[in-house]
Order: sequence, then C-alpha cells, then structure tokens
Amino acid sequence: MGSNAGGFDFDLCKRNALLENKGMTLPKAWKTGTTIAGLIYKDGVVLGADTRSTSGSTVADKNCTKIHFIAPNVYACGAGTAADLEHVTEMVSGQVALHRYATGRQTRVITAMTMFKQHLFKYQGHVSAALVLGGYDLNGPHLFTIYPHGSTDSLPFATMGSGSVNAMAMFEAYYKDDLERPEAMALVARAIRSGVMNDLGSGSNVDLCVITKDGVDYLRNYEYLQAKTYTRQFPVKYPPGTATVLKQHVLSLKGVEVIEGAEEMDVS
Amino acid sequence: MSIFSYNGAAIVAMAGKECVAIGSDLRFGVQMQTITCDTPKVFKIHDKLYLGLSGLLTDAQTLHQKLMFRHNLYKLREERDMKPSTFGHMLSNALYERRFGPYFAAPVVAGLEPDGTPFLCGMDTIGAIETAKDFMITGTSPESLYGMCESMWRPDMEPDELFETVAQCLMSGFDRDALAGWGAVIHVITKDKVISRTLKTRMD
Repeated sequence: MGSNAGGFDFDLCKRNALLENKGMTLPKAWKTGTTIAGLIYKDGVVLGADTRSTSGSTVADKNCTKIHFIAPNVYACGAGTAADLEHVTEMVSGQVALHRYATGRQTRVITAMTMFKQHLFKYQGHVSAALVLGGYDLNGPHLFTIYPHGSTDSLPFATMGSGSVNAMAMFEAYYKDDLERPEAMALVARAIRSGVMNDLGSGSNVDLCVITKDGVDYLRNYEYLQAKTYTRQFPVKYPPGTATVLKQHVLSLKGVEVIEGAEEMDVS
Repeated sequence: MSIFSYNGAAIVAMAGKECVAIGSDLRFGVQMQTITCDTPKVFKIHDKLYLGLSGLLTDAQTLHQKLMFRHNLYKLREERDMKPSTFGHMLSNALYERRFGPYFAAPVVAGLEPDGTPFLCGMDTIGAIETAKDFMITGTSPESLYGMCESMWRPDMEPDELFETVAQCLMSGFDRDALAGWGAVIHVITKDKVISRTLKTRMD
C-alpha cells in the first residue's frame, strides 16, 4: 500500500476471483442513481444535480455532492459508481491544475473533457463514470456529456443518470436559446426536481452551479426538499444507567505539562 | 452467500456536542458458528481518532494494520497526529487503489478535529466517502441500524446522553441480526478524555 507510483493495484484480484468461484457474492458499491443536467444560457452555463447516493435500494447518503470542482471555471456533475466519480474528478482536477501551472493559462473545458475521455476509454467502461461537464473559458460557455466508455457530445442542454429522461422532458418542453439567468436556473431546478420526484434512484435536494465569465455561483442545496414535515413531540431520552455497563475504562487526555527553559545545558 | 455476511458485524458512530461516540459488537464467527465474544471491530488510531471496520474480518484486520503503519510514518515525519478528515481521505484513496480487486471492509471513521469539532465519515468497500453530521453505520443488518439511528438521534447531545443513545441503537439494531451481537463496546471521545465501556447484552 502506497508503494506503487499511482494507478490501480490488482494484487487482491486472484483471491477475490477464487472466493467468487466458491459462491460468494461481491458487496455492492454505492451508486449515484442520479439526475444531473446542464444548459447553456445567455451569459454562461447552469449545472444541476440531485443529492441521493444509494447502496442497492437503501439510501446511503441523503445529501451527497454530485457537482465536482474541476477548475475555477469548470465543474462536472457525475452519475455512476460514487467512488469512481469522486476519484476520477479529483484526478482530472489535479491533472488540470498541473496543466495550468505548466501553460500559465486558464483551463479550457475541452482540456478536462479530453483527459476524462482518455482515462475512461483506457479502462473500457469498467470505471463507471458518466459526466455532464460545463464551464466558461476564453472561447465562451461549453457543455459536454461524457459516457463511461469514453464517448463525448457537445450540446446546448444535456441530462444524464437514471433520471435523465425525466429531466430531458422538462428541457425539451421549455428550453430556448439565450435564456436569462433566473429563467435558466428555474428551468434546471425544475428538471432536477422532475427527476427527484419521479425517479427512484434520485432524491433529496437540488444543487445548482452557475458558471459565467465573471465567476462561479455554487448553490449547494438550492432547493432543500428533504426537511422533515414532523418532529417528535416527546423525543426519546434515555436516562443515564439505561444500558448495563460491565467494564469502564477512562483514558485522560489532559496533556503532560512540559517545563522548558529551566536551566541552561552545561556545555563546558 | 455474501462475503460481507461471512463474519458479521454491527458498528454505530454518532456525533454529539463536541464529542463523538463509536461502538461495535463483539462477536467473531464463521458463518453460523460463533468462535469468540471478545473481538471488537473498532480500532484506535490515536487518542482522538477511532476506526470501525465491518465486513470480512481478515480484510478489516489487514487494512487496520496497513493504516497504523501509514499513520506511524506520518507521525514520525510530521511530529503530530493525523487529523480525522485527512485520515478519512487517505483511507478512501487506499481503498480506491484496489478498485478492481477490493478489500471486503467498509469503514466508519469517528474522531475530533484539533479544534474540537466532531468528525464522522463512512465509506463503501471501494472508497466512496460520505461525511455525516449525525451518525454513520455499517454492518450486516444496516436496515435495523439505520432505523434505530434515524429515530433516536438528536442534535447536540452531551457525552452521557450520547453514550446511552448509541448503546440502545447498537443493541436494538444487532438484536435483529443473527450474525452480530454477543456483547458490545462503546468509546465516547471528548476533548479531555476517552471513556470505553463494555456493555451487558443478550448473548445470542
């Protein structure tokens, strides 16, 4: 561990394959079922995502972040296996930062897109990451979709994930070129909400991210839809001593007092 | 037969007011046979950072040993303990390195940051990290543990209340799990002490 120069380590594969042959089923990785969407409006790009992460049919994280930072002017929404998304976006973000230092220029959205597609194609779709990449660079606003096998599309509006059809229904009905900022934000939020309400793999809240040439507005929990509609009138409070304790061990963490500078060291 | 239910485990961690508590059951078994009742699944990394690992126990122990090795080297170089958030990210990377041949262990990290704020995070077996402000669970019966924690967690609990809540959630949760139980241990970490208590539970 930590001994190879980056990349994946395959040393447990043989053992895992042996266990699988004996009939053991592998554990399910957390997926982000997801509704992600993006659109280009008059002054830039608006990206949106829901916040549910699932493990099978149980919700693992009720408020996860699916809009990942790539560069100060580029963000990516991700759908697919949660671990793959986090790590591939962090890796491309790092690579693109090094590229910025080497070239001395602002990151271009196609640079990040090319790094993603080359990585994903190399792993032939086994790194399960589907992305909506958006940003604003010297050539204006850009929006791309990247599929797990490495293909890309450049579009004025895009949706991905299990709730993509729900979100696309909203876009196809209401999208127009050169929308104003409040209309664009309302449309993306509506598209994501459509996914949250109708798709079982998407849920909880809506995050938005607005990227223009003047900067980024990251609106975490733009719509907070998971507030509890009730609270317990009489919360359960267990009195001390409810659980029977057999043994108790107390480790005090109060630091040891160090007295410095008491006497000069004798160096004669 | 899932690899995850070969050994069995139940781990609950909760955050309170400037304190965290993490507890696990004590059963060590091989499928339906129980071997010992003194195997905690929560390991100490340093005074203010504890790691709970569920899943295949051999992978949990190997992962713990490798992480202790990395933390010891970190302490020698940096001359201080690792912050819980840093540890969580290091663990996530260590798990993702084996994306296509993973360790069958799902961790829960609980600790106090140097400024005293509680830190809780959990991961799946390939390192997808989730940071929580309330509770994190992992084990062979996640549904019963989630159910108990969602109902019983309240914000800003004092250390003693937090202990009682974690104790009841853990015990009620693993009472509905044939593969976890047989005793429990809970560590409550506050800024000036760590209290570890072993509970009396049903031994079935």
